[in-house]
Amino acid sequence: MAAKVITVTSGKGGVGKTTTVANLAAALAAEGQRVVCIDLDIGLRNLDVVLGLENRIVYDLVHVVEGSCRLRQAMIKDKRVPELYLIPAAQTRDKSAVTPEDMVRVCNELRADFDFVFLDCPAGIEAGFRNALAPSDMVLVVTNPEVAAVRDADRIIGLVEAEQKGPAQLILNRVRYAMVERGEMLSTEDVLDILAIDLIGVVPEDPAVITAGNLGSPASLDKELLVGQAYRDIAARLLGRDVPFMSLKPKTWYQKLGTFLNGGDTK
Amino acid sequence: MGRSGAGAVRAHVQEEDQFFRGARIILQVGKRELKAADLGRLRDKFGDLEITLAAVLSEARLTQQAAKALGLKTQLAKTPAHVAAAAVAKLEPGLTMAALMQQTLRSGRTINHAGHVVVIGDVNPGAEILAGGSVVVWGRLYGVVHAGAAGDAEAMVCALDLSPQQLRIGKLITTSPVRRGQPEPEMAHIRDGQIVAERWVPKDKFKRLT
Repeated sequence: MAAKVITVTSGKGGVGKTTTVANLAAALAAEGQRVVCIDLDIGLRNLDVVLGLENRIVYDLVHVVEGSCRLRQAMIKDKRVPELYLIPAAQTRDKSAVTPEDMVRVCNELRADFDFVFLDCPAGIEAGFRNALAPSDMVLVVTNPEVAAVRDADRIIGLVEAEQKGPAQLILNRVRYAMVERGEMLSTEDVLDILAIDLIGVVPEDPAVITAGNLGSPASLDKELLVGQAYRDIAARLLGRDVPFMSLKPKTWYQKLGTFLNGGDTK
Repeated sequence: MGRSGAGAVRAHVQEEDQFFRGARIILQVGKRELKAADLGRLRDKFGDLEITLAAVLSEARLTQQAAKALGLKTQLAKTPAHVAAAAVAKLEPGLTMAALMQQTLRSGRTINHAGHVVVIGDVNPGAEILAGGSVVVWGRLYGVVHAGAAGDAEAMVCALDLSPQQLRIGKLITTSPVRRGQPEPEMAHIRDGQIVAERWVPKDKFKRLT
């Protein structure tokens, strides 16, 4: 069994790469998959916070590549789901502390024992992006329905194609149904029209994601949340299941009443 | 091809880095037997230098099969004699050379060419075409385009959807007006010291209109 190495990237910062990695990794681990996430944002690490593993860091990725610890020593095990591990980034160094060859080596070492390796790519197209792309088997590009984010996603997709790591697949994050309806936000179709790559997921905007991130508990583990379902659907698609795209249209109070009377959840 | 052979090709290509970038290469390897793995490695190395390995020509069956397995061409399309002759002869009067790009240009991609440029595909926002001559885009032109970059005021820009971020011809610059309604094929050129974009109208239809 060989792991699939998935690079999650975006070009632009703040579109939700780290949140996406945390949620997909947690969702897959909850399905019984063996998952490792590696934070490549050396100097500006975040994934440990979003996963709630911040205070358990002893060794990090830079220690691993410099040989000052074994790979297993740097892997922090999550307690909520069976097989979820984090290799955190170093906070005191910069991107030059790791090379693309180091990343290929680390990922190859992980391949035998895991099902998925997620690489949380830093923003930008410099060294950190090169590190995250080198060992990649699959690239997920995260973008928001905003012109600036789509522009950067387009650039990233071009660079991924040039490195022959394509075709990348798209996650459209933080979609606001009401704004799209009013024509104030780019629709999924608008974004796909420019980027012309396959869509693997659409995630609605939900303040619960911010709360979950602050609490260090990925939203995808919360069965009540629509946004959690969106992440679980993407995870299922990564497992090769054919999951239809859910409607982001909020339920009317009448529909909610119906579900309530039937004993279902009303979110 | 042995290691040394591949190395020599690569060294030569690396030396002429800028010239070969974006090029398509056809390898002629004679009777040498190459496995798919060898060809794959070579293709990846060329890929690193932004060069496409288009075809492998060989008399060895093993090599041909390996190339086919990788989706590479093993023979070139036959060019009709009169076209082949014309390719080496001088261009007929009224003809000038153009470069063809058969790919969508994503943000950050720049094309520089001294002659005309033809793109089959879209030119996305953030992509750039700088051409000495005219630019034709069979697709949507949303990026930046400079036709007649060396000062040729006769240069034109045509596109199926002409909505560039910025359009330059010769020394003039303009931006696209906000589009109303469906995009239509348009061509932009300089008239009376201004860049104007006109809907493309077939000649006879034009006559009927006037």
